[in-house]
Amino acid sequence: MAETRATAYDSKIEGNVIFTRFDAALNWVRKNSLWPMPMGLACCAIELMATAASRFDISRFGAEVMRFSPRQCDVMIVAGTVTYKMALAVKRIYEQMPEPKWVIAMGACASTGGMYRSYAVLQGIDQLLPVDVYISGCPPRPEALLAGLMKLQEKISGQPAFKDQQPQLAEKLEEMLT
Amino acid sequence: MTSQELFDSLTKSFGENLQHRTEFRGEITYTIGESDLREIMKFCRDELSFDYLLDITSIDNFGEEPRFEIVYHLYSMPHAAHLRLKLKVSEDVGAVDSVSDIWPTADWHEREIYDMMGIKFNGHPDLRRILMWDGYPFFPLRKDFPLAGLPSDMPDVAFTKVTPLEGGPFVTVPSTAGSKDREPRARPREL
Repeated sequence: MAETRATAYDSKIEGNVIFTRFDAALNWVRKNSLWPMPMGLACCAIELMATAASRFDISRFGAEVMRFSPRQCDVMIVAGTVTYKMALAVKRIYEQMPEPKWVIAMGACASTGGMYRSYAVLQGIDQLLPVDVYISGCPPRPEALLAGLMKLQEKISGQPAFKDQQPQLAEKLEEMLT
Repeated sequence: MTSQELFDSLTKSFGENLQHRTEFRGEITYTIGESDLREIMKFCRDELSFDYLLDITSIDNFGEEPRFEIVYHLYSMPHAAHLRLKLKVSEDVGAVDSVSDIWPTADWHEREIYDMMGIKFNGHPDLRRILMWDGYPFFPLRKDFPLAGLPSDMPDVAFTKVTPLEGGPFVTVPSTAGSKDREPRARPREL
């Protein structure tokens, strides 16, 4: 899959110009500035905070901007037990995030319900939302969350940048041209 | 007053109404009747200085009559004495008087009992569910409610499903064997 590679930057012929595919450039921008929506529900939120703090530093990946407003976020990190009482609120927040958006299920409870096989716990947030990366652990170490984030970055760089928009874009162009 | 004097004072005032007394490792438990509940509780707080209500909990003895028991744990901070009071409630009655005006902490404890067991409290200022959502149709900690839960649906509020338990509750087998033989995976697989 095409990615940006180190090129002859500032060469005598091209100057400060890089040639790449638009898809690759857009994916590179998106994956290196994934602003998380921290859906910190339980203990995994503490490890999420630890990842955002200075020792493990999620800012290295461009993801330190943990805005609690879903309108400004790219990836929702569901960190913690999703009870049935909270489930529809999580879905509502997810629906308020603009495209393109991704979901990381952090920890055992968000992935499958964890140790809580009970009447009150949703057995995995993937029953409601499309999850891109599952991170196991109870709680996962900050390094594990960063590894999950990197896996999401790999996934983003591997998919076409306009995968959801292409049909609408094509329709719009058709309208304009006919 | 020492704690023994406290209990003597209690039996002196309410002797006939205290139905049963047990003592276990220094802990005193009295069983009381529903009609004397508020009187006894007020006496405990005012005269015997049991000013700290530690806990109210409920027990479901499914199959026995009366079905439910409510257990009050009182503590006296000036005398450092514990007292346990038990109250039996039958399922047909299903309601007892609230003690939330005597100890304000009883408010949320009684809401939890109502939510989980379905016992109503007369005179409670705000009796509604506290853990599950208003409108949830079951009482989860009753013995006839399955561990895996029951399906329910309130559109736009919440839904529940039955949890897959994959062959039974993963609990240890009660015995004096070591943990290797007590652990859940040592159980014969239930079919």
